[in-house]
Amino acid sequence: MGDFAPLSLHVPEPAVRPGGAPDFSNVKIPKAGSVPRPIVDVAPEEIRDLAYSIIRVLNRDGEAVGPWAGVLTDEEILTGLRDMMRLRAFDARMLMAQRQGKTSFYMQHLGEEAVSCAFRKALDKGDMNFPTYRQAGLLIADGYPMVEMMNQIFSNEADPLRGRQLPIMYSSKEHGFFTISGNLATQYVQAVGWAMASAIKSDGKIAAAWIGDGSTAESDFHSALVFASTYKAPVILNIVNNQWAISTFQGIARGGSGTFAARGLGFGIPALRVDGNDYLAVYAVAKWAAERARRNLGPTVIEYVTYRVGAHSTSDDPSAYRPKTESESWPLGDPVLRLKKHLIIRGVWSEERHAQAEAEILDEVIQAQKEAEGHGTLHAGGRPSVRDIFEGVYAEMPAHIRRQRQKAGY
Amino acid sequence: MARMTMIEAVRSAMDVSMARNDDVVVFGEDVGYFGGVFRCTQGLQAKYGKTRCFDTPINESGILGAAIGMAAYGLKPCVEIQFADYMYPAYDQITQEAARIRYRSNGDFTCPIVVRMPTGGGIFGGQTHSQSPEALFTHVCGLKVIVPSNPYDAKGLLISAIEDPDPVIFLEPKRLYNGPFDGHHEKPVTPWSKHEQGEVPEGYYTIPIGKADIRRQGSAVTVVAYGTMVHVALAATEETGIDAEVIDLRSLAPIDLATIVQSVQKTGRCVVVHEATLTSGFGGEVAALVQEHCFYHLEAPVVRVAGWDTPYPHAQEWDYFPGPARVGRALAEVMEG
Repeated sequence: MGDFAPLSLHVPEPAVRPGGAPDFSNVKIPKAGSVPRPIVDVAPEEIRDLAYSIIRVLNRDGEAVGPWAGVLTDEEILTGLRDMMRLRAFDARMLMAQRQGKTSFYMQHLGEEAVSCAFRKALDKGDMNFPTYRQAGLLIADGYPMVEMMNQIFSNEADPLRGRQLPIMYSSKEHGFFTISGNLATQYVQAVGWAMASAIKSDGKIAAAWIGDGSTAESDFHSALVFASTYKAPVILNIVNNQWAISTFQGIARGGSGTFAARGLGFGIPALRVDGNDYLAVYAVAKWAAERARRNLGPTVIEYVTYRVGAHSTSDDPSAYRPKTESESWPLGDPVLRLKKHLIIRGVWSEERHAQAEAEILDEVIQAQKEAEGHGTLHAGGRPSVRDIFEGVYAEMPAHIRRQRQKAGY
Repeated sequence: MARMTMIEAVRSAMDVSMARNDDVVVFGEDVGYFGGVFRCTQGLQAKYGKTRCFDTPINESGILGAAIGMAAYGLKPCVEIQFADYMYPAYDQITQEAARIRYRSNGDFTCPIVVRMPTGGGIFGGQTHSQSPEALFTHVCGLKVIVPSNPYDAKGLLISAIEDPDPVIFLEPKRLYNGPFDGHHEKPVTPWSKHEQGEVPEGYYTIPIGKADIRRQGSAVTVVAYGTMVHVALAATEETGIDAEVIDLRSLAPIDLATIVQSVQKTGRCVVVHEATLTSGFGGEVAALVQEHCFYHLEAPVVRVAGWDTPYPHAQEWDYFPGPARVGRALAEVMEG
């Protein structure tokens, strides 16, 4: 034995486990409005601090403050609130539908509605998202029909994906939503490739890549940063840090790095952290990054600091790995309630109108569900044809698949 | 007509395609300024600019992921993986992404990419420069897999691959880059400039994907081969004097079943030859198809000749490589059956 004690392996642990008191003392929250807003062509090395802070607009009193505030109109903010409420109501109904056996699986967005709903509004028609599985707000906020989403979830006869994909793995080129893969992080580098193509063709369109905190450990995350950095691709590299990768706390994927955003710094990419539960902050930061991309200034890394209030999916039980009340202690609050409070302070909203909007939205979701269920659910009613199994593997069906289709009786 | 090596034919195919279609882009490790370690892309950057032919970081998954994204945008990426052996970090992107994007999005997005990679042994490349991974791709629905055996086919097939609306894996037998090779490593190599299949049109032409080529008509036994093994099979046929019909598959997926069946029903015997390891190799698929479709015409069991079920050794390369002697013994065995 030499001069040193034997080695021991370091395995990070969250601050608390079930039965303990929730503890978010590790999440350092700066005051709303305290983080500066740099010019979009700032040199990345001049804003290194932004990878360690949190950009916030809405303060505890519901006021919009600081240099990132004041970029949206009343009407736009009201639309944003309704988008988030719509997503929340949609989630609740689909979660129930899964419990009723109408589909196999569902993933909800509870607590994270602001991230995708606000981000979508910073993009233009023709831009492309390469999402992961918790960004349905991109579709909701772009006006994609809820019935179509439900048809996909129910894998029914009207499912635009013909029953081939797991529920919630939507695809819509028209709405800038790339087909979702179950293999984590693969889409991250694809987004960079799409953005490179736009640059090759001297187009004005930009791409957005999406990943969760856990999946930043995947090789493709790093591949994407290498390619985005090398070619200065017009892409926004989004990291949704909702604290949990199924049961694994974010410290496992983050390891020794200060923040997920800080990973962009080594690549010379501007990196910002934003309050993911603050619709106004998310929008302002996304708009800043989109302008950078569109002005050919290259990629931006954005980490959204948020909290996954619900389970990872309908197959998950969070009470087995975190305190049951942890979500209530999340220091950045509820994105819907925060924006609602802001609109009330602004004088353009009220508790009564909110309650009325909730009722209208619930009615809208129920109507959509009725229509979708009219086309069938996973185990009842109309379903895609078995013939659909064989279509679309190739542009033209080769002989061996045709033989197999005939063998199946179609 | 010009005399071209397979390297020149492959380069010509990309050149012709890039000239015809502004959306065709070529990239990979060292392919831009330098023109690739085998020089397959030499001159393309100078001719088309560095946004249409460029170097990438050493990151195979990144190359494929970027290509998939570009294809989703509407470009036609033709990428190079420096050696087939380096493909594995990109395997997920190829097999679970590129291959399925059309299916999983119901045609909303497609992935018309070409993935070129030098394959096979016989160049003293050892275990990390000699692999033949075709069966890893033919097992994946949604991919097309091509292995040319000569410059003429390589060019026509590569142009077809670039024009194809689906992802195509294009495996280039590097032992054939500079000339045909019959497995006799001690003999001097004949260059393509002295071979009829080195005669390649300079302009545009295509060879359809999914059509095999009968390289030698025969009546005693059918030899099914592809890539380097086509030349080995022809050498073995000549040396044994057995009247074999030699089929060059050219395309493994989709496979030209009709040509195989027609031939085996005529000859009643079949030998399958490939360079990849035997177990679960592509030869097993051919043997199964022959059994399913030609059982009552067979006069002997189908025999497979392949690389051994070991990694590719360096010093014993010529004991590993399925040469004409091994193919000759298989022909004799099947003729006795």
